[in-house]
Amino acid sequence: MTTFKPSTQVDFVVIGAGAAGGVVAKELSTAGFQVVVLEQGPYLRENDFKYDELKIRDTPALVNDHSVQPNTFRKTEQEKAVLAPAISYGRCVGGGTVHYTATHWRFREIDFMERSRLGAISGTGFDDWPITYADLEPYYTKAEWDMGYSGLGGATSFEPPRSKPFPLPAFPIKSSGVLLEQAAQKLGLHTSPVPMAILSQPYKGRSGCIHCGFCEWFGCKVGAKSSTLASVIPEAEKTGRCEIRPNSYAREISTDKSGRVTGVVYFDAQKKEIAQKAKAVVVCCNGTETPRLLLLSKSNLFPNGLANSSGVVGKYLMLGSNSSAWGIFEHPLNEFKSIQATRSVEDFYDSDPKRGFYGGGRLDARYGVMGPIGFALQALPPDAPRWGSGFKKACQQFTHTMSINAFATSLPLETNNITLDPDVKDAWGLAAMRVTYRDHPDGLKTKQFFRERALELLDAAGAIKKWAPPVGETRSGGHLMGSCRMGNDPKTSVVDKFNRAHDVPNLFVVDGSSFVTSGRNHPTCTIEALAYRAADNMIRMAKSGSFKTPVSS
Amino acid sequence: MKKSGASRRTFLAGSASAWLAASWPGIVAAQKHAQQAVQSGAPGKLEFFSVEQAAEVEAITAQIIPSDETPGAREAGTVHFIDRALATFERDQQSAYTQGLVDLDAKAREVSGGSGKFSTLTGAQQIQVLTAIEKTPFFGLVRMHTIVGFFANPEYGGNESQIGWKLMGFEDHFNYKPPFGYYDANYKKV
Repeated sequence: MTTFKPSTQVDFVVIGAGAAGGVVAKELSTAGFQVVVLEQGPYLRENDFKYDELKIRDTPALVNDHSVQPNTFRKTEQEKAVLAPAISYGRCVGGGTVHYTATHWRFREIDFMERSRLGAISGTGFDDWPITYADLEPYYTKAEWDMGYSGLGGATSFEPPRSKPFPLPAFPIKSSGVLLEQAAQKLGLHTSPVPMAILSQPYKGRSGCIHCGFCEWFGCKVGAKSSTLASVIPEAEKTGRCEIRPNSYAREISTDKSGRVTGVVYFDAQKKEIAQKAKAVVVCCNGTETPRLLLLSKSNLFPNGLANSSGVVGKYLMLGSNSSAWGIFEHPLNEFKSIQATRSVEDFYDSDPKRGFYGGGRLDARYGVMGPIGFALQALPPDAPRWGSGFKKACQQFTHTMSINAFATSLPLETNNITLDPDVKDAWGLAAMRVTYRDHPDGLKTKQFFRERALELLDAAGAIKKWAPPVGETRSGGHLMGSCRMGNDPKTSVVDKFNRAHDVPNLFVVDGSSFVTSGRNHPTCTIEALAYRAADNMIRMAKSGSFKTPVSS
Repeated sequence: MKKSGASRRTFLAGSASAWLAASWPGIVAAQKHAQQAVQSGAPGKLEFFSVEQAAEVEAITAQIIPSDETPGAREAGTVHFIDRALATFERDQQSAYTQGLVDLDAKAREVSGGSGKFSTLTGAQQIQVLTAIEKTPFFGLVRMHTIVGFFANPEYGGNESQIGWKLMGFEDHFNYKPPFGYYDANYKKV
């Protein structure tokens, strides 16, 4: 295993070993650069993952623990934020790709240019991206082939063009998928097989999926989920030029008098401060921890936080919009088997001015819970008794139940943001993350719209009982987008179109934070494509010396 | 390690979001305690409750998930899951149980005219008592613990012989081949 001394100036320090960090580490190290990846969470292996709804609540968990890293939450900047478990993210090597569901949608052309198509939306930061789908397409393809995705290209006319088919076929359809497909046909709608970052067959020496049913919230025991942990991180380590350093919690990105970054100060597992030197730094901490770290990295030269001359760091946070509905069917579906979702309705993707509000998304049919405990506590109809024989009877609908989940847009608002809490500290003494978030009215209308579509689909699918939780304001999130937006104008954005900070030539920010708009709230595929593209450019710049960093190799 | 105030409060409400937010360092210890108890040949050995308290808690669990056409929380031994939880990852809920059982006793005497403990009441009387307290944090806590134990991995000791999983139809083979359910078995693509 390769290790570097902190005093050794490596080429790149990557902060965060998640979707973006894993990809960047692999690309940079295979291109010949020395890379240290600092990951605040542990380095867990397949044998550490348990298919146990209780054990995943123990530490070290796969996700962040609010008891040591508290969040505070408020709806508006006028309120005092209070403690709340608002933000959830993967906190281990592999990041969120270890425990996520792994539905893996590309964005479409429209996602990058909605402002041009639809016009401005007053009071919002609704804008085009500085890149197009065509710019990103080769990198979507690269991600699919490098990491191993399963799907069916060109299943509907809605899909964007692709330069190559998926490397692996789509998953076998589940009962939820059949019911959704039949319902859609009845309603004149269209479905696609859900693309998955899970191997439907063995690929590159990794095992194919065994349909165990423990994807969402669990790590994959057979390595079939194409997390960065299972796919690209081993390749990075194999180069002998990449060190993954777990239990390393970044406190500050260091700078010199000329305004360039020089490395990262972090806490090791014993909470000892260590400074790792580097020629360039890549921040891949996620859409909430990335702005927090930049804001924590204040200095005389950067009084408002690093890379924040625009004042935009932390702003325009988007958590997506979700709705769900549940249905019970006559025959068993056995949704606890195999992947979460196999079919998705694609007809409501675009925002339609006729609806009278901005918003679009897709709906899929799925298992919807973590397992039996989650089902009994979360997925019973609202009129089911809470205890007694009636409760017991309601639990017996486990194998007959499915949910329809919508994943939809949320608008970028300056007033939705990540700031440093002035009072609350984490267990390391750093200012806690303060989340200020309130849905735009169109976001709530979007949720309501999709709630109604989900109920219609359940009806058309022949559900013998259906219900949907009422639409509520977003108070928490795990799809973390915006907050260090990408743009051509350094006055209104944090990074350029290659994810380099406008203010600092050797600082890069690659994760959900650079999103300009939310897409349809399936960010990971695009985070990975952006990471491949940004890394390509870092390599080009480093080799040509155009970010004025001496190159070692 | 302390839990955050927010997740603690929501947990007490016994809501679905509380389940999602729950962080329980020490769960592995509860599982070890259960395994040791089985190995020692005394799976029913209590770690926190007195024998009398255990009888009361068991009676509550048996109303939350009763034994009717199929076995319930009593047969699944869910009270033992709760006992070990209170000795391990839910240690800070011990006083909630101690006080809750005192209050339950008072309510039981009120309903029965002073004649007995909750566990000795008739089924109808027990339901009357629990209906009266079903909005209290104590009942929410016992309900949550009962459901968690009854549907958890049997290794934690509250889902004996997979009684909870069999009730739902959940299997733990962790390896399946299609078709998975009725509708995909009968699927014809149009």
